[in-house]
Amino acid sequence: MLKDITLGQYYPGNSFLHRMDPRAKILCTMIFLIAIFLAETPAAYGLVTLFILFCISLSRLPAMLIWKSIRPLWIILLFTLMIHVLTTPGTVLFSWGWISVSEEGLRNGILMTLRLVYLIAFSSLLTYTTSPIVLTDGIEALLSPFKKMGVPAHELAMMMTIALRFIPTLLEETDRIMKAQESRGADFSSGNLWRRAQNMIPLLVPLFISAFRRADDLATAMESRCYRGGEGRTRMHELVYSWRDSAGFAAVAAVTAVLLLMRWWL
Amino acid sequence: MSIVVEKVSYIYGGGTPYEKKALDQVSLEIHEGEFVGIIGHTGSGKSTLIQHLNGLLHPTSGTVSVNGVDLAEKSTEASAIRHKVGMVFQYPEHQLFEETVAKDIAFGPNNLHCLPDETERRVREAMKFVGLDYDTFAERSPFRLSGGQMRRVAIAGVIALHPDFLILDEPSAGLDPIGRREIFSQIRQWYKTGRFSVILVSHNMDDIARLATRLIVMNCGRAVLDGSPMDIFLHHRDILQQSGVDVPPLTKTLEYLQERGIRVPLAARETEEAAQALYDEWRTRGTC
Repeated sequence: MLKDITLGQYYPGNSFLHRMDPRAKILCTMIFLIAIFLAETPAAYGLVTLFILFCISLSRLPAMLIWKSIRPLWIILLFTLMIHVLTTPGTVLFSWGWISVSEEGLRNGILMTLRLVYLIAFSSLLTYTTSPIVLTDGIEALLSPFKKMGVPAHELAMMMTIALRFIPTLLEETDRIMKAQESRGADFSSGNLWRRAQNMIPLLVPLFISAFRRADDLATAMESRCYRGGEGRTRMHELVYSWRDSAGFAAVAAVTAVLLLMRWWL
Repeated sequence: MSIVVEKVSYIYGGGTPYEKKALDQVSLEIHEGEFVGIIGHTGSGKSTLIQHLNGLLHPTSGTVSVNGVDLAEKSTEASAIRHKVGMVFQYPEHQLFEETVAKDIAFGPNNLHCLPDETERRVREAMKFVGLDYDTFAERSPFRLSGGQMRRVAIAGVIALHPDFLILDEPSAGLDPIGRREIFSQIRQWYKTGRFSVILVSHNMDDIARLATRLIVMNCGRAVLDGSPMDIFLHHRDILQQSGVDVPPLTKTLEYLQERGIRVPLAARETEEAAQALYDEWRTRGTC
């Protein structure tokens, strides 16, 4: 039952997007996500659509994956659509009892929903093409200018890295303990809520014990290798900008500029 | 009573980029009264195989049945028969959770809906079985015991289910030499009581060679060898070594001596047995 959980969403590959620097990817994603809100006219939406399709093809991810990231949010999408369709006043297209649908409402609803779909699809591109560890490296590098303001960038990144590192380990441990208790007749999947919560005790107690033991061991191991925080620490994998990142920035900047033009001058 | 594994394949993470075939068309039959050793290097599929034997994993294709009941079925019969195959995982002490030793061992019997008297009886008996004195240990916290004692409590927790087959996955992992010897001599004693068949998984050939009546060698998800340990050591060494395991040191030593022209009992399973034979040989030579 635990085999279906994948860590993050990373889909290994070697495409242009996979090989971009994480810092560039995070920044590009952030800029473009904001730029999406500039689009208002169908033409602008067309441009955004084209750019996202271009990025998806560049990532060489199976199209199913993108669909999978949007599907769980269908309730929110439907809700957005309905709210806009039902509450926007304007030229009435048709009405049925107290429900009336306006032309503007339909238009706004579709555009807003599309915007949400784009936001989800584009940000999932980032997590699909960047492994969680690399992503954390990128976040640390981007946060480091704020160190002077007291943001513990390295410590935050280290905590995230460790947490990410131990998710699979703890999942494995959970799986093992569940199996061990199931072999002793434990039942984790039936009974009412209270009963189920009680049934979790034989799983949670050993899991917590092992998590604390691991944390203790890890702290000792880090200390005995002279770890003392981020100051003066060098990296094994230095982040290096390449032509890909310049190209990425250029593309996002161009699209954003065009969207700005379309918004205010056309 | 027997466990029948028929053409079982198992694939981890099917349909993802991380897909891996862990078992490949494995067929075997384990009978009552056998002491089966399963050996193979890390990743050979032995852990996956044993998890099929009590229905913790269900095969991607093929069937596993105990006493003719298919474990993949969702019937009450199938879930009852699963408890006839007791499983002791690697580092079983990591599954302890109760406040006292007695309560922890009673977890299994309680899940089987045993009456309080019956549960108490089973706990006492299981503790005696693993060599823990009831009066001394029953009310102690399992987390304040030594590693070896914790392991025994965990094994007692499985024995209290009264299984017909007992699967032990690397029962000596992480124990010191004395602990190892103790646990293996105990396993042998349990087996001799005839209460259950034993399936012992290990990558230490020495442990298995001395105890098992039958040896199954796993490699790349297949059961590549299946037969009596001595037959495998003496006649199938090539396949054995291809699978990343070696013959036990004792057999190696005896072979070395034989090459030097000394008459030795090649098929000896115990150091004492071999030493005695060598001593006798030396005596007869000496008198000549």
